[in-house]
Amino acid sequence: MSNSVHTADPHAVAGPGHHHAHHFQSAEHEFQTCKLGMWIFLVQEILFFSGLFLAYGIFRWMHPEMFFGAHKTLDVTLGATNTVILIFSSLTMALAVRAAQLNQRGQSAVLLVITLLCAFGFLVIKYFEYSHKFHLGMLPGRLYFYDGLTQFRDPHIFFGVYFIMTGLHGIHVIGGIVVIGWILRRTLRGEFSSEYYTPVEMTGLYWHLVDLIWIYLFPLLYLVG
Amino acid sequence: MNKGPTSSAAPGSAEPVVHGQGGLSYLNASHGIKSWIFTLDHKRIGVMYLVFVLFAFMMGGTFALLLRLELLTPGRDLVDADTYNKFFTLHGAIMVFLFIIPSIPAALGNFILPIQLGAADVAFPRLNLASLYIYAVGAIFALYAMISGGVDTGWTFYTPYSTSTSTAVVPMVMAAFILGFSSIFTGINFIATIHKLRPAGMTMFRMPLFLWALYATSIIQILATPVLAITLLLLGVERWLGVGIFDPAMGGDPILFQHFFWFYSHPAVYIMILPGMGIISELIAAFSHKTIFGYRAVALSSIALALLGFLVWGHHLFVSGQSEFASTVFSFLTFTVAIPSAIKVFNWLATLYRGSIMLATPMLYALAFLFLFTIGGLTGVFLGALSVNIHLTDTYFVVAHFHYVMMGGTVIAFVGGLHYWWPKMTGRMYPEPIAKVVCAIIFVGFNLTFFTQFIMGAKGMPRRYYSYLPEYQPWHVMSTVGSWIIGLGFLIMLVYLLWSLRRGPIAPANPWGALTLEWQTSSPPPLENFKHTPVVSGGPYDFPDET
Repeated sequence: MSNSVHTADPHAVAGPGHHHAHHFQSAEHEFQTCKLGMWIFLVQEILFFSGLFLAYGIFRWMHPEMFFGAHKTLDVTLGATNTVILIFSSLTMALAVRAAQLNQRGQSAVLLVITLLCAFGFLVIKYFEYSHKFHLGMLPGRLYFYDGLTQFRDPHIFFGVYFIMTGLHGIHVIGGIVVIGWILRRTLRGEFSSEYYTPVEMTGLYWHLVDLIWIYLFPLLYLVG
Repeated sequence: MNKGPTSSAAPGSAEPVVHGQGGLSYLNASHGIKSWIFTLDHKRIGVMYLVFVLFAFMMGGTFALLLRLELLTPGRDLVDADTYNKFFTLHGAIMVFLFIIPSIPAALGNFILPIQLGAADVAFPRLNLASLYIYAVGAIFALYAMISGGVDTGWTFYTPYSTSTSTAVVPMVMAAFILGFSSIFTGINFIATIHKLRPAGMTMFRMPLFLWALYATSIIQILATPVLAITLLLLGVERWLGVGIFDPAMGGDPILFQHFFWFYSHPAVYIMILPGMGIISELIAAFSHKTIFGYRAVALSSIALALLGFLVWGHHLFVSGQSEFASTVFSFLTFTVAIPSAIKVFNWLATLYRGSIMLATPMLYALAFLFLFTIGGLTGVFLGALSVNIHLTDTYFVVAHFHYVMMGGTVIAFVGGLHYWWPKMTGRMYPEPIAKVVCAIIFVGFNLTFFTQFIMGAKGMPRRYYSYLPEYQPWHVMSTVGSWIIGLGFLIMLVYLLWSLRRGPIAPANPWGALTLEWQTSSPPPLENFKHTPVVSGGPYDFPDET
């Protein structure tokens, strides 16, 4: 080489609209790079949750009857409602990205607001589920004092797994609310257009992953056996 | 191998095309503290990382010297047993999480990767700066854990002890959790940069081997680190709420912690060694003035190590009650790791053959690496054998093995790379004669410290013990004296490197006659790395045939 260096073309001319960072050749180049980075981040997120899914599998294998018995305390109707809410919010998020791509700023903002409302709705339902369990003592480990599952050994393990998995997912929902709120603000300020909508699309990818994780959590926790 | 047509104006030591020499460099393009802490320039971020990891190295090294001093005699010399337990824990935790993991990728890699690639920066400069800040926050948690009583679990945080000890486990676990995200962000940045920011002509198989090594490292950082994060989170929750997931008395499983921990921490060993191997490939080729032997084999063996590293974690659990079948499978998988490692070592040796070898300091470190890493790697095969492992588990043999790989391998490669790129980073040459002497001092001190530990371990001396039988004392004395020699070597190195910052001779753009792109720009490089985006027309080691 190496790297024999010719003096070659200086940085390509910036396209209209959004000014891409100096180390990219074009706005398209920047967009594709961001997308790759986001997908790698999502891979990392999946591995983050994978440890919990593995722990779930091992404890269910160790205590199958207890898992079956304890899961009946969860409210399938509320869980299913939340599943529908999140899937619907994934749709509105995808439509918001599409609206941004088509320069329909107002429509994009409305769809983002609906997505936000869904996210809040999910958390409100989760709050009622959690407070019910707090009240009855269906809590992890040492804190457990529920008296309805006495026929099983160590039912607190199920609630430990339940609270850690749904809690970590809930933190991701809250993170999503923050990011979608920020994207909404930028949309209202007119920062996005068909030329530049990278942050909207990246937020969409993240939100779909949060949704996808719930789609696995719901049957594993609420629909055992 | 590198089939690209070499341009007729083949560069070489003779006349590198230099961009930006004499103009503003990244160091004086802007001034003031804010121009550093808010910089998005990968070079400045790399330099700040370097300062941080060197501080961490000094801190971890101080704990090492203190605990070796305590082991000079079987009785109490310096501190009581509880404090000794904290010393070896802090030595391990600081060296692993604050020094070795970020040392080569985040410090040297951040500086060198975009330049070697021919890019103006990493793909996500703000994410890069964020990773530095996250590292700093993690370091603050680690310091807090130290001043609030320290930790005495060993760096592995094994349950159930780590859930019952009264020491500051939670702050230290939080520190490792946070530092993990700094590492993940660096990995995301490097993979995106390598895939998307290669200039015209820079194909994957024209990349310098250091970049292949960083690419393989990044894969592990992204796939393994989140599993450690969740493990440490579960450990924190366990201490905080008593969930019982790792507690057999409450229906949990403590072995699950070990599986989780090593699912990260064995691949993490490759996060530590692969970048070192990448540096050695650069050094051997540059200082032999010869095309690397088996370029593709060396490049792909990095990827093979990254993938195989995920399949061998069970060899840390041979005596933990894991099934015999699992242990047998893990044992054989462990042996396969020797194949890509040996491919690298033999290719480096073949590169030396009939090369025009220049014995500058970085090359001396590369040769030291070949010697020490080979011992470290081969003793790993001993430990991977089931029956031998039962005798050697938790002895000093294990301690010596991983220090031969981690210090004899990674730290030696890091120091070699630091000397190799010092002129590029600082614009100054280090003093060559004294640097060679220091390399010899460290080599002798290292072998005295750790070879004696192989012997002690084979004789049954358990690791982490505060006291020992008098029969072991001669070996412990030799090991402790060795640690003083290493300490002396690094102290002199610190002095001459600091001296060279102001007084060292001005570095030329390409002091070593190397061909990779970082040597085609000025020392230190301009803010934008190259005045014009480079176009690459050949492999990174196409030295003119000298025969």
